[in-house]
Amino acid sequence: MVVVFGLPLAALLWQLFQPDLEVWHHLSETVLGGYIRQSLSLLLWVTVGSALVGVSSAWLIARHRFSGQRVFQWLLILPMAMPAYIVAYAYTWWLDVAGPVQSTLRTYNNWSFGDYVFPNIRSFGGAVLVLTLVLYPYVYLLARAAFQRQSKQLFEAHQLAGGRHYFRQVALPLARPAIFGGLALVMMETLADYGTVQYFGLNTLTTGILKTWFGLGSLAGAAQIASLLLSLVMVIMLLEKYVRGTAGYAIDKGPQQGPPSITLSGWKNWMASLWCGLVVALGFVLPLCLLLVMAFHSRIYDWWSDFINLIIHTLSVAGLGAVLTVALALLLLFVHRHTRSSRTQFAIRAMGLGYAVPGLVIAVGVTMAFGWLDQGLNGIISTFSAAPPTLLFSGGFLALITAYVIRFLAVAMQPVEAAYQTINKNLDEASLLTGKNTNQTFRFVHLPLLKPSLWTAVLLVFVDLLKELPATLVLRPFNFNTLAVKAYELAADERLADAAVPALCIVAVGLIPVIILNNKINHRL
Amino acid sequence: MQKHHTTRCTLMVLIVMMIIQGCAVQSQPEVNVYSSRKEALIKPMLDRFTEVTGIRVNLVTGKDDALIERLKAEGAASPADVLMTVDAGRLYRAKSQGLTQAIDSPLLQQSIPPNYRDPDNHWFGLSLRARPIMYAKDRVNPASLTNYASLTTEQWRKKVCIRSSGNIYNQSLVASMLASESTAAVEQWAAALVKNFARQPVGGDRDQIKAVAAGLCDVAVANTYYLFGMLQSEDPTEAAVAQKVGVFWPNQQDRGTHVNVSGIAVTKAADHVGHAQRLIEFMIQAESQNWFASANGEYPVVPGTAVHPTLAEWGEFRKDAINLSRLGELNNEAVKIMDRVGWP
Repeated sequence: MVVVFGLPLAALLWQLFQPDLEVWHHLSETVLGGYIRQSLSLLLWVTVGSALVGVSSAWLIARHRFSGQRVFQWLLILPMAMPAYIVAYAYTWWLDVAGPVQSTLRTYNNWSFGDYVFPNIRSFGGAVLVLTLVLYPYVYLLARAAFQRQSKQLFEAHQLAGGRHYFRQVALPLARPAIFGGLALVMMETLADYGTVQYFGLNTLTTGILKTWFGLGSLAGAAQIASLLLSLVMVIMLLEKYVRGTAGYAIDKGPQQGPPSITLSGWKNWMASLWCGLVVALGFVLPLCLLLVMAFHSRIYDWWSDFINLIIHTLSVAGLGAVLTVALALLLLFVHRHTRSSRTQFAIRAMGLGYAVPGLVIAVGVTMAFGWLDQGLNGIISTFSAAPPTLLFSGGFLALITAYVIRFLAVAMQPVEAAYQTINKNLDEASLLTGKNTNQTFRFVHLPLLKPSLWTAVLLVFVDLLKELPATLVLRPFNFNTLAVKAYELAADERLADAAVPALCIVAVGLIPVIILNNKINHRL
Repeated sequence: MQKHHTTRCTLMVLIVMMIIQGCAVQSQPEVNVYSSRKEALIKPMLDRFTEVTGIRVNLVTGKDDALIERLKAEGAASPADVLMTVDAGRLYRAKSQGLTQAIDSPLLQQSIPPNYRDPDNHWFGLSLRARPIMYAKDRVNPASLTNYASLTTEQWRKKVCIRSSGNIYNQSLVASMLASESTAAVEQWAAALVKNFARQPVGGDRDQIKAVAAGLCDVAVANTYYLFGMLQSEDPTEAAVAQKVGVFWPNQQDRGTHVNVSGIAVTKAADHVGHAQRLIEFMIQAESQNWFASANGEYPVVPGTAVHPTLAEWGEFRKDAINLSRLGELNNEAVKIMDRVGWP
């Protein structure tokens, strides 16, 4: 199993052993430094931004009462349903030089370009803003849960000891593993992002990979840049592991009463509402309104029958992909729990790398690996019969689903692994003593306990898959489109307004699992 | 027990896959298309083809290089019969990797001028896309423009908009210059052009046109059908923006304005070569060529086909006559030059 899913990554790594030195030389002399600098600074700023927004809103929601707090609790998670590239389209349409805002300014004040200062949305700052706005919910969700888990006794003990800065001295350090878990996801998403950075004209490692591959026609050169990206990810994963590893004390012991919420009043109350409102407005409400306005400008109302099909396609591949991804994550973790071998540990870590690899690169890996499998298979078949060659592996949905699994296994792993760790080993032993074998233990003991986090994992992956574009674009079978593909095609043809309709469908479809996700996490606490 | 389960599951998956494969083999006459042309820009013509011939067309769209990579990996078993791209360089790349086959069709050879098809008949141009200079009608006197090289003079300092070097249209433009000038000269030109950029390249061709209209820059280099699309737009503001921008045909005194094709090739692995050939021949018929001209605002590849009235207003122009295979051969060098001069 791991071999099948690991093969595409291995196929990419294989490229490293046939290095294209000439291309590498050219790259390192000209553009490579720029790619690395831009990727790293983007990473830094988005991480800082997501940490600030995510932790502050989580702290406000988890431990305070203020106007609108109950509503903001779930509004704050909604930007998750927005693909970053679509937020980028919407803001660009609105704020660009030729967009409504600047045009109106010029017309009413009789200005021409250069007479006024207006921030350029298609810039480094714009990319940081957009990525932060759609990625902070990862931090928010995990940090909020961590803050809510902290017990009342802890708070009282801190008070008794005369401590004053509860947030800084107790709450924040205790929530650190959760916050870093969220930030790791944010970092990996940022590194793998292609749509937004490309649209904003940034030159990062991901755009570099594609330019080297497409422009210079060097897959080996592209794989070399991809390996740089992967080493960055490994550093992030090690960091996260390190932080989590030293924080074994943070494990919760089931539901318990949290410390009393602080009721905010006066200007503090308004500031809290304003802050949460601002985040929600920029990350969700405004882009949504813009998309609605854009859709109003478009001329593809009459494609509804087409859209029903697109929605069915999107839901079915995303659903199937999500279930299989979580199933594989569970299998890996189950095997690892029982063997405790360094080999499974390695497999788990290696498969997690896929999350930071741009979808397009994974798609190429899958194409190469499955093409190789198919050709081998056809070689065997042709010795026995005269049947025409077929594509058993790369022909249909198998390739697409495999790419999904590789890309998003890390997302599924996160909640399931965390839950698995909280199941006490003594339970396993008790179960074995009652005469159950390991499979039965898994079925009757682990599975029921893991169920909530399995659902969380399925929903998380599902939301990601709804938005997935590059791998779907490359690997989908004939006559098969998803909403994301449709939105991309229209946007790539520079028909942003028309792209708004499928984009709205993605958001609408994505909202449902996001809201369920929020309720589940709340319910569990 | 678990082992049993796995075997059964694997068997079931295999059987289902076989059935799916089997279904694909037995259906009506069909032709399978990999296309980097967007669905909306090609589907109406494919539907018409099915209507006329009864041959079903199955379509996958995607990025051209990714589709080429998929073709390569699928090898002899690839279901694709036809590869369509929006750039001759990519067709050249597919050919040079041994993914295409020659089609011997007198009709195609007679209809399509030799520089818009492969010398060995591996690929054929279907429609032409010109990349002229566009200027702000209210600020720029077109008499002050001559050729692409004139964009590098002091007059246009911080006044030129053009998209990034990652874009294939710019790569092809630079490649076309390499075909008629020395590497050093082209590199010098590119370096001077970068100095004249009004901004870091962002966005697509429409964005460059809009930037000219908005006053961010005075001139831009962009493909004509984007301007056409904006002029035809049902959004009145978009059409008004496009009205502010004029088309200037550069290099009329020497090699001519850079053009590229959207083109088509039959894959080496094709199972339906006959149907594929019929599809290509269908696309250069007068009806289809007219459709490229009227619906997409491209220039027809078959001489003598009428262009859209909007295109006719921009006037006749001399086109760069190099065989477009050269664009593919020189693409690599073009990208390296742009990297060296810091064209983002």
